[in-house]
Amino acid sequence: MAKLKKLEDYRDEIDQCVKCGGCRAHCPAFGAEKHEGRVARGKIALADSLLKGDVELEEKFLLDMSQCLLCGSCYSQCPNKVHTEDIVAATRREIANRKGLSTFGKGVGTVLKHQGVMNLLAKGGGAFSKLLFKKIPEQSGLRLRFPAPFISSDRTLPPLTSKPFRERHPEVIPGDPDKPTVLFFTGCGINYMYPDSGEALLKALKFIGVTVIIPKAQVCCGLPAVSAGAANTVESLAEENLAVFQQNKYDYIVTACASCHSGLTQIYPGMGEEFNEFRDKVKDIFVFLIEQGFADKLAQLPKRQDQVKVTYHDPCHLRNHGITAEPRAILKALPQVDFVEMEDAGTCCGLGGTYSVYHYDTSKKIGAKKAGFIKESGAELVATDCPGCIMQLQDSINHADEKQRVVHILDLVAEVLPE
Amino acid sequence: MFDQSIITKLQQISGKDQVLTDKADLICYSYDATQKQYLPDVVVHPGSAEEISQIMKLASENKIPVFPRGAGTGFTGGSVPTAGGIVLGLTRLDKILDIDEENLVATIEPGVVTAEFQKTVEKVGLFYPPDPASLKVSTMGGNVAECAGGPRCVKYGVTKDYIIGLEIVTPTGDVIKTGGPTMKGVVGYDLTKLICGSEGTLAIITEIVVKLLPKPEAKKTMLVLFDSIDGAAQAVSAIIRGKIIPTTLEFLDARTLDCIRQATDLDVPAAARAVLLIEVDGDREFLDKQVAKVSSIVQPLGVVETRVADTPEQSEALWQMRRSISASLRQVNPDKFNEDICVPRSKVPDMIRKIESISDHYQIPIVNYGHAGDGNIHVNIMVDEKTPGDHEKAEKAVFEVFQGALELGGTMSGEHGVGIMKAPFLDMELKANTIDYMKTIKRALDPNNILNPGKIFPSDV
Ligand SMILES: Cc1cc2nc3c(=O)[nH]c(=O)nc-3n(C[C@H](O)[C@H](O)[C@H](O)COP(=O)(O)OP(=O)(O)OC[C@H]3O[C@@H](n4cnc5c(N)ncnc54)[C@H](O)[C@@H]3O)c2cc1C
Ligand code: SF4
Ligand code: SF4
Repeated sequence: MAKLKKLEDYRDEIDQCVKCGGCRAHCPAFGAEKHEGRVARGKIALADSLLKGDVELEEKFLLDMSQCLLCGSCYSQCPNKVHTEDIVAATRREIANRKGLSTFGKGVGTVLKHQGVMNLLAKGGGAFSKLLFKKIPEQSGLRLRFPAPFISSDRTLPPLTSKPFRERHPEVIPGDPDKPTVLFFTGCGINYMYPDSGEALLKALKFIGVTVIIPKAQVCCGLPAVSAGAANTVESLAEENLAVFQQNKYDYIVTACASCHSGLTQIYPGMGEEFNEFRDKVKDIFVFLIEQGFADKLAQLPKRQDQVKVTYHDPCHLRNHGITAEPRAILKALPQVDFVEMEDAGTCCGLGGTYSVYHYDTSKKIGAKKAGFIKESGAELVATDCPGCIMQLQDSINHADEKQRVVHILDLVAEVLPE
Repeated sequence: MFDQSIITKLQQISGKDQVLTDKADLICYSYDATQKQYLPDVVVHPGSAEEISQIMKLASENKIPVFPRGAGTGFTGGSVPTAGGIVLGLTRLDKILDIDEENLVATIEPGVVTAEFQKTVEKVGLFYPPDPASLKVSTMGGNVAECAGGPRCVKYGVTKDYIIGLEIVTPTGDVIKTGGPTMKGVVGYDLTKLICGSEGTLAIITEIVVKLLPKPEAKKTMLVLFDSIDGAAQAVSAIIRGKIIPTTLEFLDARTLDCIRQATDLDVPAAARAVLLIEVDGDREFLDKQVAKVSSIVQPLGVVETRVADTPEQSEALWQMRRSISASLRQVNPDKFNEDICVPRSKVPDMIRKIESISDHYQIPIVNYGHAGDGNIHVNIMVDEKTPGDHEKAEKAVFEVFQGALELGGTMSGEHGVGIMKAPFLDMELKANTIDYMKTIKRALDPNNILNPGKIFPSDV
């Protein structure tokens, strides 16, 4: 049985925080609103007080705990490597436990209940076409990210596809028998919003001859539900995916979404022994492509005269796990790309699971800072490796009245590969 | 919890949103880097000196203690509200008001983060040298109040050497100016220097006038491994005698190197018993010559290996050894007592030997590193608080370390101040009449003893 850890299981982790305050320099939530309750150090102090029974689940406590993007920026710079993002997620589960799901993050409880959502959607309209939204399973992270009644109308959203990616392809696309077989874990973002990036991935994998399995039974990785404190949802999604991983035969599981990568490699292994054997098989698509010598193949293509300036945004969930070089290496090898580094490429875009839904104002502030760095870089395109980041970055750029377009690196890769 | 009417008045002064009384909020302003926790009754984030003045008058009338707070990175509990009352958060005052490139002077508010200030002046080719390790988060107000120092201070001096004027709010609520934007000024007492390092007990700093330097063109980093701490210490004196003042002269002792060997895969040869990390700065064309000169000066003093960085990446790799300490120490033992004694430069080897014998006597690991150029040693007493007896042993060791430093003509604290952590030891270092002189000043300026009470002095002023 997949089981997420409880807050009390983090007792030692909490004690590791020495209150040095170093996280104040790196926490995007604190950067947007300079209140100690926003920063990792404050949240750890609050979680500690909750465990000791020194504080109730009062309004300010809930607010502070909701004001976290679970981005792990604090962790990556913390001298003691304290996983605040895990402590906050566990605290949210604790809150949901004690007060019910809907206490935390307002609408989360409602969106999970199929009927409820549909009614609200019918009443309030919403950012997405109702017909298309119906296609999204009730447990998909997208529902948590876009509980329609709470989505602000000035937000840029990608159109939902009328034919989800996984419905377009057979479960097995055979390749060269000497080459490895990979299971493509698509994630909700690519399946429903950015299917073209999924097509691009297939093109790249076909180019190098690997066999691809796209199991229809795979479901949302569960990361948005982690963010929402919805423990049961995370656990049941994990089990469904586990069954998929166990039923198929393959050498690697590839992801093209930083959040999915983190869900599969960071969240699942903490839920039970049975997940461990899959952790090492999960590879970000660019790590996989580099290992397969793909960058060298790209580098052999003739450089284009009319190169475009492209910069790279590090998704938090790759940066935290040290995946920073591979996506850049692919970008730099592309013949049409003139790569430029932006300042603070590794700072959070501001999406943060369900954060941007409930704190759109602060999320926008974080995004605005990022949009400024993008502008200063002089790039025309921003490439990244996560559908969530793509959506948020494009929204931030549009709000800043700028013209840059945000793409998945895979989209650029597909441009130069033969049909 | 005091009267609701006080809260109402505070709200009238600073606005409702800036006055926090919920338990969750109070918890967030109850600690600093000492990890000591005391709950305040209320947290206020004022927006101007005028508001602070009104708050101090209100607090004086009602005898409410007030605890100024910057980023809360203090290592001695300076900002911790040990007596409840008001935490005065100064981070909203975060503007750089003026950078005067003609006179090399900047005027800033106290909530400006040190690194942000440095970055801003460096954009126009200027330089603010003091570099406490906490600079990415610490506030300039906190730096002035603690007179913070860092590696670069061996060449450039500490915070107070750059502060030439202040605007302050007195404990009774007057707003006054000290010093000013001139490089010279001898009219009246030097109140600016009195406030520098006063740990928030004499005034609340609301504006800071800072002296700046032209930014050195370039720097060069080298790492020298020695076969003994004596060699490293002699090297420091020899370099300075050779008329080179490096920007940085950081040392790591043998036990620190042992930790690094255990915890990392960095290349630390077994023969190395001490390391100096040396950085020189200045015009590019002189740097290679300076590095060559340093190398030849230290060569006869038991050098195991010298590494010189030619690129910023190589320089970063050399710094890696220094930066790996904190994480490596944690693998030795989870908890640490961290002291920052300072001894005359030439006495560093004697001090290290004293500390080694204290460590052996109590059977607890003590590792030392720090700023060899100014004799400032970070003494890390590593314990496991969960092991019975460890805490008491560490306390005894701390006492003996202080004693040792004082015997060598040193001081208990080079950088972190007294606060609540070193208050009990104050009379080890200062004579009774010196303490009295200080207390007289405190009493005169803060007759109600409401501004950061309980700090520096162990008993009532
Ligand atoms: C990881 C780490 C590394 C550190 N490295 C160094 C180092 O290399 N060198 C060094 O010197 N210190 C160092 N420190 C200690 C600390 O960062 C410094 O003392 C710093 O100056 C404190 O700044 P702050 O803004 O955090 O102040 P706080 O901790 O909030 O307050 C410190 C003191 O200043 C007072 N204060 C703050 N603002 C004002 C104001 N506007 N007016 C009047 N009083 C005020 C407070 O009352 C308190 O007494 C380090 C701390 C940490 C956690
Ligand atoms: S979370 Fe890490 S960086 Fe932040 S205060 Fe705690 S120990 Fe320091
Ligand atoms: S996970 Fe991100 S938002 Fe949350 S405390 Fe850490 S740095 Fe801040």
